[in-house]
Amino acid sequence: MSITLEHVNYVYSPGTAYEKQALKDVSLEIPQGQFVGIIGHTGSGKSTLIQHLNGLTKATSGKILYEGKNIYDEGYDMRGLRSQVGLVFQYPEHQLFEVDVLSDVCFGPKNQGLSQEECEDRAKEALELVGFPEKYYKQSPFELSGGQKRRVAIAGVLAMRPKVLVLDEPTAGLDPKGRDEILDQVERLHKETGMTVILVSHSMEDVARYVERIIVMNRGEKMLDGTPGEVFRHYKELEKVGLAAPQVTYVMHDLKERGFDLSPDATTIEEAADEIMRSYQ
Amino acid sequence: MIRDITIGQYYPAESRIHRLDPRVKIVCTLLFLVSLFIQNSLLGYVIATIFLGAVIHLSKVPLKYIVKGLKPIVILLLFTVVMNLFLTQGGETLVHFWIFTITENGLRTSVFMAVRLMYLVAGSSIMTFTTSPNGLTDGLEKLLHPLNKINIPVHEVAMMMSIALRFIPILLEETDKIMKAQMARGADFESGNIIQRAKAMIPILVPLFVSAFRRANDLAMAMEARCYHGGEGRTKMKPLKYKTRDWTAYIVTVVYMVLIFVVGRFVDFKLWIF
Repeated sequence: MSITLEHVNYVYSPGTAYEKQALKDVSLEIPQGQFVGIIGHTGSGKSTLIQHLNGLTKATSGKILYEGKNIYDEGYDMRGLRSQVGLVFQYPEHQLFEVDVLSDVCFGPKNQGLSQEECEDRAKEALELVGFPEKYYKQSPFELSGGQKRRVAIAGVLAMRPKVLVLDEPTAGLDPKGRDEILDQVERLHKETGMTVILVSHSMEDVARYVERIIVMNRGEKMLDGTPGEVFRHYKELEKVGLAAPQVTYVMHDLKERGFDLSPDATTIEEAADEIMRSYQ
Repeated sequence: MIRDITIGQYYPAESRIHRLDPRVKIVCTLLFLVSLFIQNSLLGYVIATIFLGAVIHLSKVPLKYIVKGLKPIVILLLFTVVMNLFLTQGGETLVHFWIFTITENGLRTSVFMAVRLMYLVAGSSIMTFTTSPNGLTDGLEKLLHPLNKINIPVHEVAMMMSIALRFIPILLEETDKIMKAQMARGADFESGNIIQRAKAMIPILVPLFVSAFRRANDLAMAMEARCYHGGEGRTKMKPLKYKTRDWTAYIVTVVYMVLIFVVGRFVDFKLWIF
């Protein structure tokens, strides 16, 4: 019950002037039920990486195993994989196309071959999961606000009942309130359904609050991989590649340097506050 | 998949041909295309081959690319060759079986036609490979500027062209993205009969149109915000100016034209039937 990548390489437009190695020898394992954050600068290969997870992009070399089976094997059920590993693209609201919200969310389940009734049940369930108000179910998705559109698009993937949910920059272009709402909802989903969630972002602050593991990508390579605390310990290296640790990491490290007896691994403000209180007692 | 289309694509490189003024490349390409039609002799084609070969070599565009650009015309090419081969009459008969006859003239015309077509495409693709789309429209605008006098909105047309060209890669990328997004939701574009497949395109086309209109709107807004008001009184950041190398290119092309004209008309050189 996990996704395993073994020495995955990916080269864009090989043999042309635009050739570019987007992934370099990436190996990792994501067990079922984990909440993972993938962080990297623009062009670090994070979006390319997640498109490998459901077979949309085929690795130039290397192996990808889902639940122990090689997805590149002949006769592998790729569409089955895609409904198990739900991928929500960046700006997912750009893929809405149906006349009303409910039918758009039904698109995924319909492709799975479910009956109209089942599709609608699943769509309603998914829309509820993302907290979309019921009175708008019959509205055109193009008339909704940006945040609502995004919810509908995420529900469109959730309606397939994936075991793994991959979100590529789900908060891009949203205001802080919309961002927190979406991320809180994703966290709730993770807790309630136990699905694996892979969250791609370039913002440390966003990710640190929610995930239990962070994978840092840099120029197509896996640079760091560990719990937020472990990763942020390398905050100086992170700065060198144009990323930054959360503000609170800097505060904690500064405090420690100035002689306070505390562990600098806190990743959220609440944890930091607890740690500071503890060191005072 | 969509990224692999090469026709009309710019090939970035540092070469003498790339550095030429776009106007030179447009005019010389036109002259080269004309040169293919004002003569029809073996020697003429030899000269054209040398000229084209030299330009390709100077441009540093791999030959592989240019050959790839010929792919779309393969069917047209075969059609022309077959038609000319069997339908052109005159000269001695070379092969005859059942109702088919291949004559000397037929073979000659079909071979020359094939070469002509291939050089036409190769010649023009060298221009697009070595000139960025913006360069091309800039050059065209400047070349066609005199048409303003007869009330043809040259600047507007050029602007429309450069916007259209600019949007090709954007829309291709967008299509790729939307296709992937719908595939992630289980869409299937490959199986089923033609009607099912056409229906399967709806989830791609609707978002694509929506995004095209959105982008057009954004661009119009951005242009207005920068006080765009058409071509009148508008200056360029990098105005096109002829340099020595551009004049050299013109002279080389003119010499080539004269040579091919004189040789094609007055030098009698025959090898077998060609």
